[in-house]
Amino acid sequence: MNWGSLDAFLGMGGYAVYVWGSYVASAVAIAAEVILLRRRHRTLQAQIGRSSRNPESLT
Amino acid sequence: MALNWFKYSSPQTFYPLAGRLIPVFAVLAAVLGAVGLYIGFFVAPTDFQQGEAYRIIFIHVPAAWMSMFIYLVMAGWAAFGLILNTRLSSMMATALAPTGALMTFLALWTGSLWGKPMWGTWWAWDARMTSELILLFLYIGFMALQASIDDPRRADKAGAILALVGAVNVPIIYFSVKWWNTLHQGSSISFGRSPSMASTMLLGMLVMALAYWMYCIAAALMRVRSIILERERNAQWVRDLKGAPA
Repeated sequence: MNWGSLDAFLGMGGYAVYVWGSYVASAVAIAAEVILLRRRHRTLQAQIGRSSRNPESLT
Repeated sequence: MALNWFKYSSPQTFYPLAGRLIPVFAVLAAVLGAVGLYIGFFVAPTDFQQGEAYRIIFIHVPAAWMSMFIYLVMAGWAAFGLILNTRLSSMMATALAPTGALMTFLALWTGSLWGKPMWGTWWAWDARMTSELILLFLYIGFMALQASIDDPRRADKAGAILALVGAVNVPIIYFSVKWWNTLHQGSSISFGRSPSMASTMLLGMLVMALAYWMYCIAAALMRVRSIILERERNAQWVRDLKGAPA
């Protein structure tokens, strides 16, 4: 175990800004990609669902 | 063994297969990511030179590896699509580009945050960093070029040419630390030489690299499913999915 306390863990030996800046940015970017991918697929499914009931709406 | 290798080469048969594979790769990515982060933060010791700042390595190197690897896979699929005229190959290339660009961005971002405390600068026009920045522009150029052409088949062809020409940049990135003696350090691990880092550090990095790999596969499969629906939306099999495709 490297850390005696939560403060020590969050402090990262004085490099908190750099370490957490890297990790948080990576986590946010990956989460955003997943959210956008799911939204894109859901939107398409909804559009295709509507158009299969009403083929005229599909171009 | 009469395996039909071409069974899954059509969008119609690949779409449900991809749907079944996504959860597998997503779970693998999550589990490997959890294990990798645990090793990275709680098992791997403090570095005697860099203190805790070196822990950026556990996400910097995997992102950088994936940025180069995805580009080669993307160029490979694009070449397949160009030569064999297979629709799905080109769709795979298109699906990989945004995830590759994201990995390139994360490699640059984490590298910058690592460079500031260790080298005293956020950025330098070092060979490794410059060629990685060019990789980001290649991804963005590929996406912009494809987006600017209305006919998807022509967009595939134009994108494939750009991807193939740009592939020359990947070995330049990889060998840049050998060819030019600039700021970025040499590779800590390479073929035919024992790694120059503590074994738990190396293990954490490799597990995180696997996690990133699995994540990238899951993300690319999610995106290719949307691309298939977008391009084949007038096909009967898509309409038969009944609004809630599997």
